[in-house]
Amino acid sequence: MKQQDSASGAVVRKKFNKPHNAAEWLELVMNVIFFLCGILAIGCVALITVYMVISGLPAIGQIGVVEFLFGQKWASTAAEPSFGILPFILSSVYGTLGAILIGIPIGLLTAVFLSKAATPKLRTAATSAIELLSGIPSVIFGLLGMQLLVPAVAAAFGRASGACLLTAILVLSIMILPSIVSVSVTALNAVPREYEEGSLALGATEAETWFKVSVPAAKSGIAAGIVLGIGRAVGEAMAVMMVAGNSPNMPGLFKSVTFLTTAIAKEMSYASGLQRQALFSIGLILFLFIMAINLVLNFFLKGGRNGEK
Amino acid sequence: MKKINRRSFLAVCGAAAVAGVLTACGSSSSSTAASSAVSSTASSTASSAAAGDLSSLSGKIATGGSTSMNSVIEALTEGFAEVAPNVTISYDPTGSGAGITGAVEQTLDIGLASRGLHDDETGVTATTVALDGIAIVVNNESAVSDLTVDQLAQIFTKEITNWSEVGGEDGEIVVIGREAGSGTRDGFESIVGVEDACQYDQELTATGAVISAVASNPLAIGYASLSAVGDTVKTLTVGGVECSEATVLDGTYEVQRPFNFITNDSVEQSDAIKAFIEFATSEDAAELIRLAGAVPLVDAQG
Repeated sequence: MKQQDSASGAVVRKKFNKPHNAAEWLELVMNVIFFLCGILAIGCVALITVYMVISGLPAIGQIGVVEFLFGQKWASTAAEPSFGILPFILSSVYGTLGAILIGIPIGLLTAVFLSKAATPKLRTAATSAIELLSGIPSVIFGLLGMQLLVPAVAAAFGRASGACLLTAILVLSIMILPSIVSVSVTALNAVPREYEEGSLALGATEAETWFKVSVPAAKSGIAAGIVLGIGRAVGEAMAVMMVAGNSPNMPGLFKSVTFLTTAIAKEMSYASGLQRQALFSIGLILFLFIMAINLVLNFFLKGGRNGEK
Repeated sequence: MKKINRRSFLAVCGAAAVAGVLTACGSSSSSTAASSAVSSTASSTASSAAAGDLSSLSGKIATGGSTSMNSVIEALTEGFAEVAPNVTISYDPTGSGAGITGAVEQTLDIGLASRGLHDDETGVTATTVALDGIAIVVNNESAVSDLTVDQLAQIFTKEITNWSEVGGEDGEIVVIGREAGSGTRDGFESIVGVEDACQYDQELTATGAVISAVASNPLAIGYASLSAVGDTVKTLTVGGVECSEATVLDGTYEVQRPFNFITNDSVEQSDAIKAFIEFATSEDAAELIRLAGAVPLVDAQG
C-alpha cells in the first residue's frame, strides 16, 4: 500500500511538478526505483499465489477434492496410487496444537517473568538467550531431536522407536517459544504502569497484579505471539522430518507421522507425474493454512491497536 | 542536514541497484558465451575422437539422478578425467526418477537410475554399468544374523513384528526404510516382492540416515546400498548368502539391482558422451566401480 502511495506521488510530481534541478531529478528517479522494488515484493507474492493455485489445482481435480482432502491413505508410488492427505492435515494440526499446548504456559510464564519479575541483569541475559534460540537453524533442532529426544522418548515410554508425533511436538514446542516469549514481553512492557499501580494500591499482590491486570491488558499482543508460534509450527519441515518418522499414518501420539510440510519435502526430489502434481496440491493446502493464520494474526494485531486507543 | 543525508542515501541505493543489474547482465551473457564456445569445440573435435585419442575430446556431460550412484559416478568421473582431461562431467544427485525424467526431457545428457525402466518411461535406453547389492542391516547388538527373503517380506509388511519370531531376542521390530520414490526402496520392495505393502516405522530420505538410525536403535532393521554399509551396523546374510561383490555378481545374493545410464534415443550423442559411456562399461572402469563399492559387470561378461 505504502509503495503505491509513493508511486502515485511520483507520478503526480512528474505530471504537474516538472523537476527543475539535479536534486529533484534524483528524487524522482529514486522514487521510481523504490516503486519498482515495492512492486517486486508484491509481484513475488502474487506470482507465488498464482503459481501455487495453477500447479496445485490440476491434481486436486484429477484426484477429486473429497478424495484428496479426506482420503486416509497416501500411497503415491503404488501401482494403484491413492492420494489422501487427511493423515498429513491431521498430523500437522495435532502437532501444532500439541506444541502450542506445551508452548503457551511455558512461553507466557517466561514472558511475565522477563517483563515483570526479573532483575535487569537477569532480564538482559535471558532475553539474549531467547533471541539466540530463535536464531538457531531448524536443522539443529532436528539434529538434537534425532540424537537426544528420539532415544529418550523411546526409553521413557517403553517404545521400540521414539520417532513419533510426540517427539515432533516436543521439538516444535521449543522452536515456537521465542515467538511467543518475545512478542508477549513487548505486549506486557507496553501495559501502562498506572494500571499496575492502581491494582497494587488496591491491595493486590504483585503476582495477582501480573496475572489479573497486566496479562489481560496485553492479551491481544500475547495472542499475536501465539499465532506467530502456530505459523512457525505449521510451516516447519526440516526439524519435523528428522524426528517424526515420516510414515503416512493417521496421527497417534506414538505413531510415526508425516506433516504437510514433510510430505512435500521427503518425496519431491524423486517425484514425477501425478505424484509430483499432488505434492504441489499439498503445498497449496499448506499455503491456505498459512494465509488463514496470517489473517488471524492481522485480526489480533488490529484488535491490539484498537485496544490501546 | 536531514535532506543531505537522505539524498546521499538515495544516491548510494541507486548506485547499488544499477551495479546489481549490470553484474547480472554481464554474468549471464558471459556464461552463455562460454557454453556456446564449449559446444562448438565439442563438435569440432568430434572426428579425432573416433580415432581413439580421447585426450583431444572436450565438452560438458550433464549427468544426474540416483543418489545411490554418487560414489560410482564420482569414481568414473575421476577416471575419465585422466584419459579425457578436457571433458567436464557434472552430477546432480536428485534421485532415479529425476534422472530418468532428465533424460526424457533432454535436460540431462545421461540420466542415472538405480533401477530398471518402468513401462511408461519410453524413448530412452538403459545401459547397465554396474550392479549393486542392497544390504539388509540390523543393529550390531542384534542376535539375528540371517533372514530369508520370505522373512524379510513378512517383517517389512509387519506380519512378523517381534524379533523372537525370527530367532532373535524378544522385542518389537522397528522397520526403517526410504521415502516413496527412492531407487533403493523401489529396488528393495520389487526384489523382495512387497511393493506398496511395506509398513515403515521410519521413512528417511538418505542412505546415510537409514544406517545411522539402525545404528542407534537395537531393535531396528533397514536396507542400504552395499557400498554405503560400514562397521556401524551388522549386515545380514539373506538365505545364507552373504552380501558381497562375488555373490551379487554370480546372482546368488538375491537382493540386488542394476546401476543404469539412461540415454535419450532421439538425441544425437556427442563424441564426449559416447566415449564416456564406452569408458564406463570398459575393463578400465571395472576397478574404479569396484573401489566405489558397486559390482562391475565386465568380468562377468568376459
